[in-house]
Amino acid sequence: MKPYQTLLPSGAHWSLVMRCGSALTLTDVEGGANVGLLFYNPENLLERYNAPDTLKCQHTFRLTAGHCLYSDMGRIFCGIEHDSFGWHESVCGTLNAAQTAARFGASTYQQARNLRHQNGYDSFLVELAKYGLGQRDIASCLNLFAQVRADDSGTLQLERQGAAGASVRLRFAMDTLVLLHTCPHPLSASQDYPRQPVQIELDAQHAPLPAMCLERDENQRGLRNNALYQLQGEM
Amino acid sequence: MIIESQRNPAEARFQQQIDAGDYWLQRIEAGQTLRITDLEGNQAADTLFFNADDTAERYSMSDTLRGQNNVFLTAGSVLRSNFDRPMLTITADTCGRHDTLGGACSCESNTVRYDLEKRHMHSCRDSWMLAVAEQPEFGLTRRDITHNINFFMNVPVTQDGGLTFADGISAPGKYVEMLAHINVLVLISNCPQLNNPCNGYNPTPILVSVW
Repeated sequence: MKPYQTLLPSGAHWSLVMRCGSALTLTDVEGGANVGLLFYNPENLLERYNAPDTLKCQHTFRLTAGHCLYSDMGRIFCGIEHDSFGWHESVCGTLNAAQTAARFGASTYQQARNLRHQNGYDSFLVELAKYGLGQRDIASCLNLFAQVRADDSGTLQLERQGAAGASVRLRFAMDTLVLLHTCPHPLSASQDYPRQPVQIELDAQHAPLPAMCLERDENQRGLRNNALYQLQGEM
Repeated sequence: MIIESQRNPAEARFQQQIDAGDYWLQRIEAGQTLRITDLEGNQAADTLFFNADDTAERYSMSDTLRGQNNVFLTAGSVLRSNFDRPMLTITADTCGRHDTLGGACSCESNTVRYDLEKRHMHSCRDSWMLAVAEQPEFGLTRRDITHNINFFMNVPVTQDGGLTFADGISAPGKYVEMLAHINVLVLISNCPQLNNPCNGYNPTPILVSVW
């Protein structure tokens, strides 16, 4: 089956279920795009992406190729199979309506139609509500194409955001409900509301997690938790 | 930043020791001050806060980090909610640095970090699960158990983007004190972790005091 491709403009949101073994590729077409991502188990929506567990299990603050993204049940939703940008962050969260208006100016649907200044928090809420979820179910999201560093004193800085053509491919290790938005990164230095689109490719061709995602013992154990959950594979 | 408190423990309206492996779930009124004391040193107090009048509003790691543009919590840090509102402010701190990146230990993450056969060991998230199950009157469920603060834990970020679990900088008697701006529910798990140095492999009691 041919992969499906679509272009999501900035300030948009979407959700979909990725099946175990399938791949999701996100491309920053023009450079400067942001993608906020949250993951849930469609069989048990209480199981969700957990940024602290993801970071501490792999002793990392920066996420890139070879890292896995964990649920709060010790299972791997997906691994980062390919990454030409090199640094994604998962602690800065997303802006709400008031923060977005303060940062880029208010712009409502009545004023600007689909070019309104949509915010990531409302975007997540809209998608969450489609599955009976709400404010209580939001966790700290993954933000793609955002190199956020913390110095020795702990100060956070967005050092680099986006590169034209940069892409990330996520390989799923269990069925996963993916929520995503293309609203601005909370630390965006852009003067105006960013308008860079994101290309999304869905590939149903199944493959296991690549070896690079299993180099750490932790990730091998995470995958064993997946195998135990699905009662298949190396338990 | 080290700031000592002028408060007299003898005048606290409430004091309770929490043993390692136990939880503490209490309502604190707006204007009251909460102190957590690391009695024997090198302990981790995994803590969540909720708006007592609307528990959908809760402590948010990302809003707090963004609000202060820094990953460490200490005196002066404003603990912000998922609605980006100030919930509490840290007013005194004799430890100097607290973590909010590392999350809480769970039996599930222990299987990943250490060994699948460690799943039986006690963990903070299990303490929280017991708390929400035993005390339904607070209106909390598993959905509300999210990213927390690890008082007294030291988790530096390296220049190349690593996350390190460094030796504790806490010591016997160190404390952190915070003023509540709204009515809050405080849910603490006094960490029972035995697999890493977050509490020096020796979980010990903490003391909570309220003025």
